[in-house]
Amino acid sequence: MIEFFREVAAWLGDPANWAGRGGVPNRMWEHVSVAGVALVIAGVAALPAAVTLGHRGRGGMLAVTGVNLWRALPSFGIVGIAFPITLALGLRPLGYWATLVALVALALPPMFVNAYTGVHHVDAALVEAARGMGMSERQVLGWVELPLALPVIMAGIRTAVVEVLATATIGAVVGFGGLGRYIIDGFAQRKFEEVFVGGVLVALLVIVAESTLRWAQRRADVANRERSGRSAISGSPEVADLGRVG
Amino acid sequence: MTIDWGWIGTHFDEMWTATGEHLVLTGIAVTLGLVIALGFAGVALRWRRSYAPITWFTGVLYTIPSLALFTFFIPFFGLSLITAEIALVSYSLLILIRNIVAGIDGVEPAIIESATGMGLTRRGVFLRVQLPLALPVIIAGIRIATVSTIGLVTVTSLIGQGGYGVFILRGIRRQFLTEILVGTVLSVALAVLADLLLAALERLTTPWSQSEAK
Repeated sequence: MIEFFREVAAWLGDPANWAGRGGVPNRMWEHVSVAGVALVIAGVAALPAAVTLGHRGRGGMLAVTGVNLWRALPSFGIVGIAFPITLALGLRPLGYWATLVALVALALPPMFVNAYTGVHHVDAALVEAARGMGMSERQVLGWVELPLALPVIMAGIRTAVVEVLATATIGAVVGFGGLGRYIIDGFAQRKFEEVFVGGVLVALLVIVAESTLRWAQRRADVANRERSGRSAISGSPEVADLGRVG
Repeated sequence: MTIDWGWIGTHFDEMWTATGEHLVLTGIAVTLGLVIALGFAGVALRWRRSYAPITWFTGVLYTIPSLALFTFFIPFFGLSLITAEIALVSYSLLILIRNIVAGIDGVEPAIIESATGMGLTRRGVFLRVQLPLALPVIIAGIRIATVSTIGLVTVTSLIGQGGYGVFILRGIRRQFLTEILVGTVLSVALAVLADLLLAALERLTTPWSQSEAK
């Protein structure tokens, strides 16, 4: 036990583990960058569609059911399926595109479901009032529904960030870099101290990202409430979306 | 990049075995998760102030990546079923606790009051009124936990456990798309099937909600 943690300390103290391609800074960057690109793509794909469906209030339930089925797709399977295909297409760097595809697929459900639910559940009386005041549909969406749905939408984005950062680890299975490399390589060489360090680094990264987003959201909430007086969202936003695959 | 139907035809035995393994890994995780979650939820319902720390703790567990959580326990339990189950159970807790507490909390105070007025003890109210009325929300939680766990179990092949993940992992190593597809499709099918079964169970256990369900 103590021996194990001594090995962990030795790994951390070795300057070779902090420099170059296999060093912690570079692996961290690979990890964060593939996750970031995946989140942006998923956001662009899911958010406008979800917000529009939520505003119209039709066809949304069907979409939510479809999205929930989508969740049954394991990320590990998606990476696996995408990998030989991206290899055949000659896409480089190795494993990057397969990882990206799986992460985009993972980020879509929480973003979509929360954005849809958030907009859809804005107090109907407020929307009516806005229309009665002569707002156009665009204005109703932009000035009333979106600001009120923002906390729920943000909760969905936060869930996506957590899941994508955590799951980017899996890229290492198909030859991509990122922090998962330590876990997979450490494993292959039976160097469990390296595996452990990899796991801790990913967990730390996720917790830091989560707390930062939570903090930013709380600040925005406070600023909002000071401006508008009260929140008009009914229902609890976070129960709407939980469930992780991968 | 075509599908090798011949391979599929000759590997039904292995798929069958993997299905059993996948079910056992999932079953243990969800059952154990439910037992532990009921304990936590009981504590949270009795001592309200413990709810925030409980959800905080299980929330932190939930943010740890699956691959990492699997690896944390390897130094202690090796590449074993225990290592896999600790991680799988950890993930199910938050969803289950939240739904149990939300379900029990969602029962109308007026109903509880009238049950008490009819002479039911606190225990009777809980077992015969609150719990049955909370069942739909609790089962909704079990459904999400089950579907997520079935997906997660594919990853346990990386720490030497069985299940459909074995096909995926082996397929990746051999660059054999058919095998990867088989593992993935079977996992999705099992998740959908489990979800449908649990939905049917929900309908069976809550006959009074039949009319409003449709």
